[in-house]
Amino acid sequence: MTSALAVDAVLALLIFGLALWINAARTAYGAALGFMAYGLLLALVWVRLAAVDVALTEVALGAGLTGFLLLGAAARLAPDASFDAVGVSGKGSRFLIALLCAVVAVGLAAVVLVLPDPAPTLAPLVHANLARTGVGNPVTGVLMAHRAVDTLLETLVLIPALIGIWSLSSDPDWGGRPGSLPDLSSNGPLTLLAQVLPPFGILVAIHLVWVGAEDPGGKFQGAAVLAAMWVLVLVAGLGRAPRVTSQASRLLLVLGPLVFVGIGIAGVWLAGAFLAYPEEWAKPLILAIEAALTLSVALVLGLLLAGPPVADGGGVEPRP
Amino acid sequence: MSLTLDLFTVAAVSLGAVFFLAGTLGLLRFPDTLSRLHALTKADNLGLGLVVLGLLPQVASPLGWIGLIAVWLLALLSGATAGQLLAGAVRPPEWARLTAPGPGKDTADD
Repeated sequence: MTSALAVDAVLALLIFGLALWINAARTAYGAALGFMAYGLLLALVWVRLAAVDVALTEVALGAGLTGFLLLGAAARLAPDASFDAVGVSGKGSRFLIALLCAVVAVGLAAVVLVLPDPAPTLAPLVHANLARTGVGNPVTGVLMAHRAVDTLLETLVLIPALIGIWSLSSDPDWGGRPGSLPDLSSNGPLTLLAQVLPPFGILVAIHLVWVGAEDPGGKFQGAAVLAAMWVLVLVAGLGRAPRVTSQASRLLLVLGPLVFVGIGIAGVWLAGAFLAYPEEWAKPLILAIEAALTLSVALVLGLLLAGPPVADGGGVEPRP
Repeated sequence: MSLTLDLFTVAAVSLGAVFFLAGTLGLLRFPDTLSRLHALTKADNLGLGLVVLGLLPQVASPLGWIGLIAVWLLALLSGATAGQLLAGAVRPPEWARLTAPGPGKDTADD
């Protein structure tokens, strides 16, 4: 028991120290790398709290995808120059950011500490009704049945995010392919990795989505792995991202949300409420939504990383 | 028998931890990036390999063995690639003449 406490204490101290270090980092690159390490440590905390679903999401989206976006932003701004030299942010504003972060952290801690004991919870209610959803993982049950509206909005919001990134392109570039990914197509080891790793990654992604019904996992985690494999293939120059005007790619983008909304509306007649499932069909319907959403979310995440379109001649060219 | 296996686990995992510790020390103390990469990948390859080797007797099912070994192999693959990428990025330009076919595009523009 005490050894577990010691591990937790070391973990908490590490995270706290890393948070301070990120705020004090002299370069944007260093801060972005620190943020990725921070996400990995945070995932360990979620595992210690027995929230493996959250840990997986934190690693895939918090550390991986967000870290990648931040690294890309840092590379554009000034990878090696210090903040002070390029005037990205002065000492004063960084101190202010750290202060505001600390206020949020203290506020959250205060809220947690003043919760009545036992804290108000809907967990017993979820547990009592989990069997009716047909899935065994309470997190999936809550996300897909009890709080399906939240999940629907979460997946829908990715499309406006992508539109936002696409609208950063200039008029002549519209209709081109996304051009923000680095071109490492002449790098032998990376090409090998991009040829060997994706089959395993696709298997892992399918596994994550499939076990999501019973064990930790789910569409977001699986989709993040799929997107990572796709981006690896793109960076290695073994494939090209679709043009922003591609109808097939747009159809796949909205496939998941369409299936979700379609089944949700069908629920009005079949089960008496929007997003309600007929009880005997609950699990197959949830799996169908998860499968369709996985493809759409994976494509959105990949395209978010691939960035706004650039006119032909730029971006990643195919290998000869 | 199980005592022998437990002792083997403790020995192998401890040895793996020593490699991780040495790799971390090297990462912090070695003078240049290429040497630091050497220390880092050594910790990944040997350290993780020994930890996996030590954990194998503790897993009952063959599927568990395959999973553990797959983790190690994937870490080897990604570690080796990341090492190559980093080494290529920090390679001094005058070294490019020493290698036979011309330098990669990614090393030429930084």
